[in-house]
This record gives sequence, C-alpha cells and structure tokens, in this order.
Amino acid sequence: MSSSGASDGRTSAASGSLVIPGDKISSDTSDRLGHGVMKLNGEMIATKLGYVVVKAGEISITPIHTAYFPRPGDLVIAYIEGMRSNIWFIDLNAPFNAILPMSLAPMKIDYGGTRDAMNVGTTILCRVQEVDEAHSSVVTMKGMGLRKVNSGFVDTIPPHLVSTISSGTNAIINQLKDASNCRIILGANGRIWVDGEPEGIRLVRNALAFVRDNEHSTDLAGAFTGHLANGNGE
Amino acid sequence: MGYGDVQMIDENGNRVDGRKAGDIRPIEIELGVVPVADGSASMRWGTNYVIASVYGPMEAHPRKIQRQERAVLDVRYNMAPFSTTDRFRPGFNRRSREISKVTSDALESVVLLELYPRSKIRVEIEVICAEAGTRCVGLTAASLALADAGIPMTDMVVSVASGKINGIVVCDLNKEEDNYGAADLPMGVLPNTGELVFLQMDGDLSPSEFQEAWDYNMEAALKIHVIMKEAIANKYGGGQ
Repeated sequence: MSSSGASDGRTSAASGSLVIPGDKISSDTSDRLGHGVMKLNGEMIATKLGYVVVKAGEISITPIHTAYFPRPGDLVIAYIEGMRSNIWFIDLNAPFNAILPMSLAPMKIDYGGTRDAMNVGTTILCRVQEVDEAHSSVVTMKGMGLRKVNSGFVDTIPPHLVSTISSGTNAIINQLKDASNCRIILGANGRIWVDGEPEGIRLVRNALAFVRDNEHSTDLAGAFTGHLANGNGE
Repeated sequence: MGYGDVQMIDENGNRVDGRKAGDIRPIEIELGVVPVADGSASMRWGTNYVIASVYGPMEAHPRKIQRQERAVLDVRYNMAPFSTTDRFRPGFNRRSREISKVTSDALESVVLLELYPRSKIRVEIEVICAEAGTRCVGLTAASLALADAGIPMTDMVVSVASGKINGIVVCDLNKEEDNYGAADLPMGVLPNTGELVFLQMDGDLSPSEFQEAWDYNMEAALKIHVIMKEAIANKYGGGQ
C-alpha cells in the first residue's frame, strides 16, 4: 500500500521565522539543541509553536505560549490556596502547586496556627527552594525581602517575557520604575507586584497591557520606550 | 427509493455541492478563541463548526489516573444538543466515548508526554454545528489547540475523510454523501512524514478504492496543513 503524500514541505527555517511543531529547522545536527527543538530522523525539528533563535551555536524556539515551571532559586509572587495544620499550599502560576512548610514561614507559629498566620488568598513573596522530578516544589519565606504582601496590586505577564523585560541596558522594567515612581517586583513566574501612588499604578497597568499586546514584536524595548514617550496611550 | 438510488455525483464529476471528486470543503481556522484556556482553536469546515481548547499540563486528578513516567492526555469530544437538525441528547454517550478515545490515541502519537510525568493535559472538543466529518474536524482542531497551548509535539495531526458515493471515490464527504454513501474512510496523518495515526472505515471498499481514498486523504492533508500554517501565521505573524 503506497503512502504517497509525505510532505516535502520540511524546509529549513531561518532565524526569527515562525515555526509550528514538526517543521524542519536544520539538517545540520552539529548545533546544540535548545528549548523546543529535537533531533528526529537526522534532522532538527521544532516541537513548539514559536520563533527560531540561533545564538552561539545553539538553536532554540521562543515559544508563543509557555507555562512557568519553577526552578530552585526563583523569586516568585504567589497566593495561598489552602492550608493544613503545618503546611500551606501555594499557587505559583504554574501547572503544579507548591507547598510552604511551617518551618519555612517567616514567623513563628504553633501547630494548627497556619490559618491565623496566613489565610487563603494572601499574597506572598517567596523563593523556590527545591523542585522534585514530579514537578512538586517547596518554597521558603526565610530570606531577605521575603514576606507577606499587604499593599499594592499584582499583575501578570507571560512567563517567557520575564527575561525580555528585565534584561538589557534600557530594560523595560527599569523604564517602568523610573516613569511610575512605584516599587515594582518582578517574579520569575510572570507575576509583577506594584505599589505606589494611584497615578503610578495606572501607568504601570497600561504599560503592562501594552507589553502583553505587543509581546511578539521584534524590538519590544524600543516599542515600549516609544509608547511611554507618547504618553502611555493615555 | 433506497440509499443507493440517491444520485450525488453527475456524469461530469460534479457533486451536489459543486465540488469535484478531489476537492475539500472550505476551511477557516482561528486560534486563541477561548481566552481562559491555555490554548484553543476554532475550525469551520464546510458547515462544521468545532472549538477545541487545551488546559495543562496540570496535576492529574484523581490520583489513580496518574502515570509515573508520563502525562495523561484526557480528551473529551462532545456534540452540543443544537449541533444537529434533530436535538442531540446531551451528555457523554457511546459514540462520544469512542471518538474521544481514538482522538486521544492519535494525539498521543505526537505529544511528548514523557516531558510531564504525573500530570494531565486536558483537551476539550465541542461540536457547535455538525455536518459530517466532525471527528476529523475535532482531531485537527485539537492539534491546533495543543500547538497554541505550547504543548511540545513532534508534528501536527491533520485528519480528513474520503469515501465512496455512487461507486465513485471522493474526498471530504459532506452530510448527504456521508448519509447515503457506500463507504467512509477517515484518517489522521502527520503531514511532514506521511505517517498514519488514525484510521477507521465504514462500509465496503475494494483494495483499489481503498488506495484511491488513501491517496485523496494524503493529498488533502497536505492542503489542510498549508491552511493551518497560514492561520497560525495570520495570528502570530510570519516571523520576527
């Protein structure tokens, strides 16, 4: 039985091009495999929908959509989802929840006193301490700056934009801090805590909406600078 | 007058909707139609209208469905009560369960499930309007939704059904052809390698007719793959 119809459409993808799962990126398998790329039948193919990035001998895909997978050391902004007598369950904006044991809480509490210390819905700044092979993670609030958050508001950006908006000499996050005069903490899980005057907070909200709407643009930092100069769309 | 007496293709090869034997119905695709989902896609194929949405990976509940070494793909195919002319009784039935299973089996061939041990990826396929070939539309839309959700896959799955009407093999059966035709062969294909991930057959086809239907499906899968890529490029831009 013939199986005619195998696509010849696997053409090599140039850096910056949009690829879908199955698209051939390169026949040259000497390059290192980055995120979203795998070797199949002697070719490098994309496994995710996104843009090809070729950098320093490594081929990877910047995906259109990512989920946040915690890594040890990540500073995250999280919510308390539930508790038991000696443990809190934490929403990290990740596919899997984390736990915060009583021993790693910032305050001394008695067994059974978790609800009085931090109730459901509380926003916290914490750090990922460990992640096991089943993606279950443990967070800690013992450390500099780790605390309950009692003021301000929390917004969210796609996790893959975290490094984009925090890197570079004219990083978006620094521009935002200067323009809004607000305290801003960017979590590795894509959540951003903002605290300050109402005008500053409004500026930050509008700016983050612009970032989300233009996340796939070539020069996001440049576009953001222009957007701020134009009055942030107000 | 029996089923075999219904004339659905004339001597010039024109079908009741004006198509030729190898033509597919018009297709429109849109991504990101369910904002609360991690990935979603809607597909209009002829009069079919299907929405697929993907959630996950997430923790697998109940715990008994967890697999230690890989994720579980939980696919649910459902037809809305208003999707057919006669009211379709709501709820999961034997047909929905069968289509859910074959769709899940097809998608498991391409999704890299081993990257997410002990987790679950939920795929919901909702048929809003049905006009023959809903399982093919659902499987194709689910593949788009998985890509939109950032779930890693080795290839996209494209599904299409050919069949036999009045003794002639044609591609992409519409409602009348599906109801009054002599055979129906839905297939799920990986367009980049030509591999088969889903195959069912209803009715009778001779070996040569089977080969003809197979070839029609393979050719149509490539055309549909191009349409899928165009829809994705329209949504996310052709490149940076």
